[in-house]
Amino acid sequence: MTMMTASDDKAAKTAKRFSVDFKTLGPALALLLLCIIGFLLNPAFVSEGNLTNLLTRSAFIGIIAVGATFVITAGGIDLSVGSMAAAIAGVMIIVMNNAVETLGTGVPTVLFGCGIAILLGIGAGWINGALTTRGKIEAFIVTLGTMGIYRSLVTYFADGGTLSLNFDIRGTYRPVYYDGFLGLPFPVWVFIGVAICGWLLLNRTAFGRYCTAIGSNEAVAKYSAINVDRVKTLTYIIQGLCVSFATIIYVPRLGSASASTGVLWELEAIAAVIIGGTVLKGGYGRIGGTILGALILTTIGNILNFTDMISNYLNGTMQGLIIIVAVLLQRSDWKFGRNSKS
Amino acid sequence: MLWKTTLGMMAVTGMLALAGQASAEDKIKIGVSYPTPTHAWAAGMNWHAEQAEKRLEKLYPDVDLILVNSPDPGAQASALEDLVSVHQIDALVVLPFESEPLTDPVLNVKKSGAWITVVDRGLSQPGIEDLYVAGNNPELGRVSAQYMKGRLKDGDNIVVLRGIPTVIDNERFDAFMEEIEGSGINVLDHKHANWNRDDGFEVMQDFLSRFPDIDAVWAQDDDIAVGVVAALKQAGRDGDGMFVVGGAGMKEIIKGIMDGDELIPVDVLYPPAMIATAMDATVNAFKSNGPVAGRYILGATLITRENAESYYFPDSPF
Repeated sequence: MTMMTASDDKAAKTAKRFSVDFKTLGPALALLLLCIIGFLLNPAFVSEGNLTNLLTRSAFIGIIAVGATFVITAGGIDLSVGSMAAAIAGVMIIVMNNAVETLGTGVPTVLFGCGIAILLGIGAGWINGALTTRGKIEAFIVTLGTMGIYRSLVTYFADGGTLSLNFDIRGTYRPVYYDGFLGLPFPVWVFIGVAICGWLLLNRTAFGRYCTAIGSNEAVAKYSAINVDRVKTLTYIIQGLCVSFATIIYVPRLGSASASTGVLWELEAIAAVIIGGTVLKGGYGRIGGTILGALILTTIGNILNFTDMISNYLNGTMQGLIIIVAVLLQRSDWKFGRNSKS
Repeated sequence: MLWKTTLGMMAVTGMLALAGQASAEDKIKIGVSYPTPTHAWAAGMNWHAEQAEKRLEKLYPDVDLILVNSPDPGAQASALEDLVSVHQIDALVVLPFESEPLTDPVLNVKKSGAWITVVDRGLSQPGIEDLYVAGNNPELGRVSAQYMKGRLKDGDNIVVLRGIPTVIDNERFDAFMEEIEGSGINVLDHKHANWNRDDGFEVMQDFLSRFPDIDAVWAQDDDIAVGVVAALKQAGRDGDGMFVVGGAGMKEIIKGIMDGDELIPVDVLYPPAMIATAMDATVNAFKSNGPVAGRYILGATLITRENAESYYFPDSPF
């Protein structure tokens, strides 16, 4: 009897999932489709080396996009993340280079640099948050402004050129990007960790529910005794923190930062969030979808490098088409004859 | 009494100002206008321009060089107007942001009677400039291909990483392919890496996953080459005589060549210091008894361990 109930439950769950959640499956299907195309173009696509490269590469955008999911769910937007990453990377490199004399070229210097990066991320996030909430300026304008400021700061720090990490520190720091644990590189572990924390925070805490509430109706949220300004500021601080994490795993890759670091990351992160099913105007957020979105974006670029069938000049066209199709898959009413319920 | 002093002081100041103006008018004023440096190559150009300014003004006390950089084509057009109206320049050295929008502003400077030197990017109308100084993009591709042909044999495989899709990139790439044709060297594929390290790293990673046998890489640019080398080392495919050819003349790369780096054994010059060449030639137009007007196309010199030292500027940002 117990067994029957269980299987009944399961059946009911499956039916529910089928009728409602083609939307959830959309990004997953798109990713699967991309992987099949990649495999057909060149079997080397599924080689262990390439899959590891793909996952590691998507970690930057993925981690930033987890933060962006909070900001967007709460009805905000952050355009400054790419520039923020570049500026944090720049300051981090300068700080570590200068710390060599006092702290040496070992682990303490690297930890010091990482600590500075985290403080800067939180600070930069707080500035964006405070200007939007207390300053009462639209998030789009605030972050457009800080985007320009951070980008020009890194250009200024680098004297227009490239900031390079001290060669010996690079030796200490390098494994953070290139080595791994259980066959997965460290950046992928960071990505997984950030994703799990993000999922728990958005789906299992009061804070997550506040974000959704504010995003769907700020006025109602305010009357429901939610401290709207604080929650919104916190979403930007989470975003800044995520940018710090991404930067901490980015710097050891090439050990340099310049004005071209992190260009367009903000748009890629926002695209990943939206492909994943989060609503751009706020009120509904999905961390799992965001992760898939980031993987989809990286996979597109990877596949385009695996074939010479498409002219190089049309790369942007392919990327645009795939993004639109992926979102189309989850937005439109593909109900296969069922009545739409939601 | 107070009034008298003031008047006297005013007279003195006026005389001083007049004297100052007179000596300023005797000076040969040369305006130097280029885009604000936002990437390493341009920062190197800025540094070399400043070096040339110091050196030339010390050499010729009657020469006054005025350096101006502008963040966009519109600002550069205004800067050119200011150079004529405020500074009344005798000559202009200009690296145009873009050819089209700056052709008319440069023509206006020309009409004021100034000597015009155009650097690197040509104007869209011929015959405006007195002197044209530029690097040689097709030659850069050709020299790189010749080096490849010298080191590789029939049946060897190379991959090519290109820059940002532009005329410059096409000129380099087409000349490279033309030279490589018929040598028996296979170009497996070519992708744009946008003259940037991160893209160089990712494109090379994908080339390495896709092609099990690559013998050499033409990265076309030193920033791309830095990314390529990181990808090669990560995949452990940096041995077995593998080599990478970049281009431009970044100081870290030149240093590596001097130290005998096997992975990047040579570099092909496309020097940001060409702005200094242009400034020298422009001053010579006023100082030398030899004719200067014409076209000055720099060679795309192959930098090897033997000659690397003369292209190494440790203080330059590039």
